[in-house]
Amino acid sequence: MTAALLAKGLDKRFGSLVVAGGISFELPVGERCALIGPNGAGKTTLINLLTGMLTPDAGEIVLNGEDISRAPPARRVRKGLARTFQINSLFPKLNPLEATTLAVCERRGETGDFLGRLAARRDAVDEAYDILKSLRLDGVCRRETRELAYGQQRLLEIALALATQPKVLLLDEPAAGVPKEDSGELFQVIDGLSRQLTLLFIEHDMDVVFRFASRILVMVGGRLLLEGTPAEIANDARVREVYLGSAGHG
Amino acid sequence: MSDASVPAKPPAEFLADGARWRWAEIAFWLAATLPYFVAQDYLQLAGQVLITGLFAMSLDLILGYAGVVSLGHAAFFGLGAYACGVASKWGWGEPITGLLIGGAFAGIVGYGASFIVSRFKGLALIMITLGLNQLVAEAANSAHGLTGGADGLQGVHTWDLLGYFHFDLYGVTAFWYILAVVFACFLLTRRMVHSPFGLALRGIRENSTRMVAIGAANRAHIRKAFVIAAFMAGVAGALLTETTETVSLETLSFQRSADVLVMLILGGVGQLYGGVVGAAIYMVARDRFSDVNPQYWYFWIGLLLIAVVVFLPNGIVGGLKKLGGYLGRAGR
Ligand SMILES: Nc1ncnc2c1ncn2[C@@H]1O[C@H](COP(=O)(O)OP(=O)(O)OP(=O)(O)O)[C@@H](O)[C@H]1O
Ligand SMILES: [Mg+2]
Repeated sequence: MTAALLAKGLDKRFGSLVVAGGISFELPVGERCALIGPNGAGKTTLINLLTGMLTPDAGEIVLNGEDISRAPPARRVRKGLARTFQINSLFPKLNPLEATTLAVCERRGETGDFLGRLAARRDAVDEAYDILKSLRLDGVCRRETRELAYGQQRLLEIALALATQPKVLLLDEPAAGVPKEDSGELFQVIDGLSRQLTLLFIEHDMDVVFRFASRILVMVGGRLLLEGTPAEIANDARVREVYLGSAGHG
Repeated sequence: MSDASVPAKPPAEFLADGARWRWAEIAFWLAATLPYFVAQDYLQLAGQVLITGLFAMSLDLILGYAGVVSLGHAAFFGLGAYACGVASKWGWGEPITGLLIGGAFAGIVGYGASFIVSRFKGLALIMITLGLNQLVAEAANSAHGLTGGADGLQGVHTWDLLGYFHFDLYGVTAFWYILAVVFACFLLTRRMVHSPFGLALRGIRENSTRMVAIGAANRAHIRKAFVIAAFMAGVAGALLTETTETVSLETLSFQRSADVLVMLILGGVGQLYGGVVGAAIYMVARDRFSDVNPQYWYFWIGLLLIAVVVFLPNGIVGGLKKLGGYLGRAGR
């Protein structure tokens, strides 16, 4: 079976700083993979490399058997690779309904239509609304995004990504800035997503990671230190040393 | 604030509501006919205001909706004006096809320019559009044989509208013709703003990085908006040519590019009506102030511009909308 997402020897330096050094991994379809590592390890950079927002110096990226290493970012999205942002990157003056409908329309290739009415795209609007509802955003989806509570904006990050109907979804600290009490609930929502969807999520809270991940990648200083099941990672001395020992419970 | 007792509108209906005609809009367009009924002496000024309003509206499409700042938009106004004028000089003075000739010519040049424009942002974009404007202006200046250069294009003659309405000395036909064309272009723009494409433009303005992350082809969207805006600016230029029967280099001057930007910011960027309202305020103010004090009228415009930017971030139209919102709520 082909992997949903495959990275082979990704390299990236900023000047003399190696932020990605020979990164290779494979995500089988439906995997719930956590990417952990201390601050500055290069986790966000890895997502930027995978999605094409940064160009790697070397390496290969394969999505569902297709080499997308050279595809521009927007095309990777259309091929089924979506992401969310660690720091909210939304449309402040659009309401969530508009924003999500926009994402749906982009996916369906309907945004070239400049004479039809948006509201007449009932299928797209309803699909957007269903996504928002599944993330419990239906109540606030008529207000401007900038008026939404922070936690709701985090959910909207996910809603926009889901509207692209991804096969692989990369979540960059979805619970960043969300109070610890609420992050469990947020991950419950994430965990409830389709089992066909392959997930890679970055998360610092080890309780959450061990609860929701089926596999864990550990990254330190731009390199993958190791990967394994939650049990293997929990018992690895090196992980305890470099990660759990220092930044794990900061 | 939000009343939980009233069930929320279904999503599609809610979006349709945003696109519905408001009373204020109907009143606005009825008021636009007033010069004919109450101020016949000012028909010419009213026509100029409408033409400039259309020009500003075309800029709003790229600036207000797609967030593309252009300091060279007069290039397209002037190209439209000259294309229509030259066609007329060569013997084709039919007004409606004249508009299409002007719009198409500006649109074609806009299409070429859009490949460069869609690749840049911010200061670089301002400089590129500015450079483009200078380029076109200088080209028109040196092509003396074709454009008349600094003397202006002479020998433009506009045929009767629909072969029936003569363009009279008082400017009555011209006024109604301009109003009809501007209104038609407005309807088109309004439709566009409320279309899926219009939403995509707003998305680019709000966050172009996120647009990429939802798979949007930003550059293609910007190119398309730019061509449509160039076309509309060209139509506005052609309107000016047809109703004044002359074209001067001023139509594609940098001054015009700067003025239209000022008007749009005064009226309100991304407000749909900002262009027309800004043009009206600016040009009526110029008309009044320059009677009193011809040298210094720019002083007052400068003051007004600063005041609006400081106190009304969404321009005069944005301010009025807000006021309308307050009054509406207070009246309930
Ligand atoms: N555009 C850039 N130019 C130069 N250095 C950068 C750039 N982006 C990131 N870096 C550096 O690369 C390293 C990795 O950053 P990255 O944001 O990927 O870390 P991270 O693992 O996501 O950290 P965090 O947990 O804090 O989000 C850091 O040292 C950062 O300072
Ligand atoms: Mg990060």
